[in-house]
Parts: sequence; structure tokens; C-alpha cells
Amino acid sequence: MEQVIANGLYLGAQYALIALGLTLIFALMNVLNFAHGQMYVLGGFITYTVYGQLGLPFVVALLASGVTLAVIGALMEKFLFRTVIRRSHREESTMLLAAATAFFFDAVILLLFGEKQRGVPKIVKGVFNDAGIIMPYDRMVVGALAIVFIAAFVLYMQYSRVGRAMRALAQDRVAAQLMGVRVDRYSMIGFAMGAMLAGVVGGLLVTITGVNSGIGGPISIKAFLMVMIGGAGVVGGAIAGGFILGMMESVGLTVLREYGDVTYLVIFAALMVFLSIRPNGLMGKPWG
Amino acid sequence: MINRRSTLKSLALGAVSTLAIAAVGMPSALAENKELKIGFVGVTSGPAAAWGTSNVRSMQTRAAWINETGGVKIGNDTYNINIVTFDDQKDPKRAIAGMEKMAQEGIHYVVGPNVDDGAAAVRPVAEANGIIYFPYAFPKALYQKPASNAVLGMIANYQSGPAIYKYLKENKGVKKIAFVAANESDPLSQRDSGVEAAKALGLDVVAQNDTYQNDTRDFTPVLTPIVALKPDLLVLSGVAPANAPLLIRAARELGYEGLISTETAQDAKVLQEGAGEYANGFISVGGASTPEIASDSMKEFVTRYTKMFGEYNDESNTKVYALEYIIETLKANPKAINDVAEFKKTMDTFSAPNPFLKGDAKLSYVGTTSFGQKRQLSVPMVVNEYKDGAFQTLFVGSVD
Repeated sequence: MEQVIANGLYLGAQYALIALGLTLIFALMNVLNFAHGQMYVLGGFITYTVYGQLGLPFVVALLASGVTLAVIGALMEKFLFRTVIRRSHREESTMLLAAATAFFFDAVILLLFGEKQRGVPKIVKGVFNDAGIIMPYDRMVVGALAIVFIAAFVLYMQYSRVGRAMRALAQDRVAAQLMGVRVDRYSMIGFAMGAMLAGVVGGLLVTITGVNSGIGGPISIKAFLMVMIGGAGVVGGAIAGGFILGMMESVGLTVLREYGDVTYLVIFAALMVFLSIRPNGLMGKPWG
Repeated sequence: MINRRSTLKSLALGAVSTLAIAAVGMPSALAENKELKIGFVGVTSGPAAAWGTSNVRSMQTRAAWINETGGVKIGNDTYNINIVTFDDQKDPKRAIAGMEKMAQEGIHYVVGPNVDDGAAAVRPVAEANGIIYFPYAFPKALYQKPASNAVLGMIANYQSGPAIYKYLKENKGVKKIAFVAANESDPLSQRDSGVEAAKALGLDVVAQNDTYQNDTRDFTPVLTPIVALKPDLLVLSGVAPANAPLLIRAARELGYEGLISTETAQDAKVLQEGAGEYANGFISVGGASTPEIASDSMKEFVTRYTKMFGEYNDESNTKVYALEYIIETLKANPKAINDVAEFKKTMDTFSAPNPFLKGDAKLSYVGTTSFGQKRQLSVPMVVNEYKDGAFQTLFVGSVD
């Protein structure tokens, strides 16, 4: 059972980090970023290229993934989403745009990086094996880094000027604007941060799970699942959703293994019941 | 007086003249060759893109090679090969649309689809439109009478699995075996036939219900309970090349020390990058892959493929064959170009030298034992063992 809990906690940490960027963008702009998984994949491939192919230090690769995706996110917000939001009052317009960017990224990534699964050398070798728990050291490092990133993100949102402005935007866009918050600027920063988080987590996890051009869609779906559990647009909700999903997966795959692949069936069924009772998820929206 | 305008005009005229001279001077054979369209319907995007992409690229490499050397002579005519492709995205509905597109283009020979449900879905379209297709899917119903238009493009797991388990039982002392498969039709059906074969050999099957979502990125939770059972052999039924290194790595990191095998083709570089030294000893099925058996033509194919696409895919060691079989069968019976009934007749007696293997290996159609009729390409059943970034031949088998 110790192993199952350890697996769940590790999965939860990485899932929470995946969901953070998605929920941030949703909170700020009410945009369901369907391309979140593709951004994760792009981040993974950048780390693969910089660290795995060019042989530069892993930190540099991670930085390259984060910065590249932040720039892409900022450009997407400025030239695509801002324009669409300004011209269209229908929410589905941004959803369609997000879906289109997801398909676009899928095609570009396939063209640039090919169809093969890619991986990089382990950042830390060796396996921890004690007290009934087996956990490779690189997973422990990635899990710890994920928790550090999550904590840093929460603190930044809570105490920095930019974070306060973005929280104000998420709570009430019009009121924030009337109070002098520059909506366009902070929307762009928020979108860039969301994309950057996707890129960083992609780069971080390429050391464990590798990356391939086709996993963007499934990653997005999993991220949406976590956000739905925790409550769309709530940072704490995304973190809770990530840990809950990780733990459910770990326990389900052990307890239900004799019944075939019913773990996700059970998770989806539970989610349907849960959402019918709490349609806004655990923590609802907006931030309080 | 020479000015900018006249200079540009002269340059343009020069370029047009050069092109015209080049066009006139082109080999007449290339200009006069007829076109033979061969189709591909399979998956070239999404998580399983590697399967179809290796198909398409193998076909395109071989076609370019043939066209570059003057085309292929079938009967009295010489043809350039034109590969028409369709990405079915692993969706049976799209596979049907793809096969319909092939029919509209008058194509009679199609490679693919890559998975069971797609291959089953296109059957009515192929049969109604006189198309012979070469799936990489294993359901026997596709190849047994009354079906007659599908030709299996590779070795099926129910053919290679028993051979691998028997070899490992006799040579490595395997007694306990565990299966894990993705929750999709192909891997599940491969797992079921693998379990059946293992039981028939008297092996103790300690796990057979464990499955995972195909988009799983971390397999530790999936493998934790299986590794605890300490099987001698862990079979990754129908595993996609993208998932194989992740499963191997997770199993080894959890302390699993037994053997790991699969009956699908894999890529050495993907294993190296994804699992590193953990992949050493991993057993899979390949084609004319290893240096011990690959001919000079196979080596040239690999070189051309690498030059064309930047990187070779070891799955193409098997995928290289389908187009070769189509062309050689048409050469043996030119009437089959527009008449698949003639193609079917020829399949029963067809034999030609295998250009990709050393020695006097032959291309021929097999499958009589498994399907009751010759509806399978005779591809060498090369069982490989991965070692330090390359495959080594463990043993070579055959299918009748």
C-alpha cells in the first residue's frame, strides 16, 4: 500500500503542475485552451533538443522550454485570442480558435520533430528502495521540483503585483479595468505564464516519460479532468484535482486490476456523479 | 544600355531557356512512363503515427528509388510508381473514407490499414471496388474465406508468440508469464491469443487482465502489482513503439529482473532514448533488420530512407515488403494491373527472389495453416534481442 500511495502522490504532483497553466488561462480570459497539451508537447521537444540532442545542461533546456512557450503564449494572446474576444461575444469563438491552434500545433510538431517517441538521459540515476517503497531518484527530484514550482506559482499569484492584478482580473474583469488594471497587458502576461507552465512541465517530464507528437490531445483531456474536479479557474482546485486524479489512478490500477481496464471507467462514472452534485467542482470559481 | 530592367529580363529568359533545354534533354523513358498508383490508408498522426509513417515512408523511399532508376517494367509497359496516401487517424470511419478515395482514384492495391478495427471497416469497400489491401492487423476473419481481398502484411502475434514463448521456455527456463496490454482492440486480441498460446505450452500465466490506457505516460502504477508477482517473462502485448520504452523502464525501475518481450516491431533508437540500458535483453519481432541477414539492397534502402527522411525507422524492416510484393506480383502477371482476380490467381503460385535478404530467400504468399488460403506476405520472422542501441538476431523462424 505504501507503494500505491507513493505512486499516487508522485502522479498527483505532476498532474497538478500540468493543470495549473490551463486553469490560469481559463481564470483570466474564460478561454478553454485546447492547445494546452500541445504546448506541453512542444516544451518536451524543446528540452529534448536542447538537453538530449545539443547536450546543454538540463536547466538551460528547461529555461528554453519555458521562455519559448511564454513567447508563443504571449503572441497567441495578442494576435489571436485578444482579437477574437474583441470582435466576438460568443464564447464558442475562442473555443474554436483554441481547438484550431491545437490542430495547428499537432501538425507543426509532427513536421518538425517526427512521429517517433523521444527520450532524454536520466537527470539522476539510481532507485530508492526502502520501507516498502520503490521510487527512482529522478521521479523524486521531478516530484519535488513540481511541488516547488506549484508553491512558487501560488506565492507569486498571492503576493506579487502582477499576481494581484491577475487575480483581480479573474474575479471581475470590468471592476479591475475600472480600478486601473491594464487588462490587455495582464491577460497577455497570464496567457504567457499559462503557456510557460505547460512548456516547463513538458520539459520536466520528458526526463521521465519522454515525449511524442501525438500525446497533446490526451494530455489536454487529462488536464481538463483535473480542472473539472477542482473547479475551473481556481489554482487550489487544479492542485487538488491533480492530486485526487493521481491518487484515484494509482489506487484504481492496483485494486481493480483483476477486472481489466475499469479504472478510468470508475473515475469517469464518479466524476459524472460528483459534477451532478457539485457542478463547479470542489472549489468553484472565481478565486476568493 | 544595360539597366536593371533589361538585366532582369535577360535573367528570366536565360532561366526559361535552361528549363526548356533541361526538359527536352530529360530521359525519354521518364517522360514516356505510365503511372501506377499504389494507395496507403493508415495512421500517420496521433500517438500511433509511427506505425503508418514507417509504412508510407518505406513505400515512398522504394517508389522514388524505382522511379529514379527508370521505373518498373510490367508486361510491355514501364511504370513510375505514385504513392497515394490517406491518414485515417486510427479512426475506422476515416479508414472507410480513405478506401473510398482510393476506389475513386481507380487504385486497386492499397497498403494498410494499421489496426484491427480499421482493417475490418474497409473490407466491404475494398471488396465492392476490386481493391486488394494489405493490413497490419491480425483478425483471422479478414484473411479466411469468404474474405479474399485482404493480405496480412506481417507476421501475426499468434504466429510469432508461440515460437518466442517456446524458445524462451526451452532456452531461458521461463515458467511464469505475465501479460499487459493497452485497452484497445489490437493489443487485447493479441493478449488473448498470447495467453492461449502460453497455456498451450504449459506456462503458468500469473497475470492476464492488466491493461492500461494507450495514452498513459507513467506506467509505474500499472506495473507495480504485476512486478510483485515476479513472472519470468513479461509480455507487452501489441505494444506501440511509443509505449514500449516507458513500460520497460518502469518495470526495471520497480526491480523487475525477468525477461520482457513483445510480438510487434520496435525501433532501436526509440528504445535507446526512452529506456537506455534498461532495454537490454528486450525481445521483439523484426524484418530484414539485423546485419547478419540484411542484403546490400536492404542496406541501400536504409541509406535512401535515411537520406530522404533524416532518420530510419526499424519498423520499416517489415514495412518495406508490401510494395515489393505488389510490384513483383504484377510483374509476374501484368493482367493483374486492373484485375484483382488475376492477382489472386497469381498469389497461389507466385515466387520471386527476396531482394532484402542475403542468400536465396524467396518472396511468396503464405498463410495456408493460419487462414486456409494464401493471404499473408512471407516476411522473415526475425526475433530480435535489443542490446546497447541495436537489435541482434535471436532466431529466425518462418510461417507456412
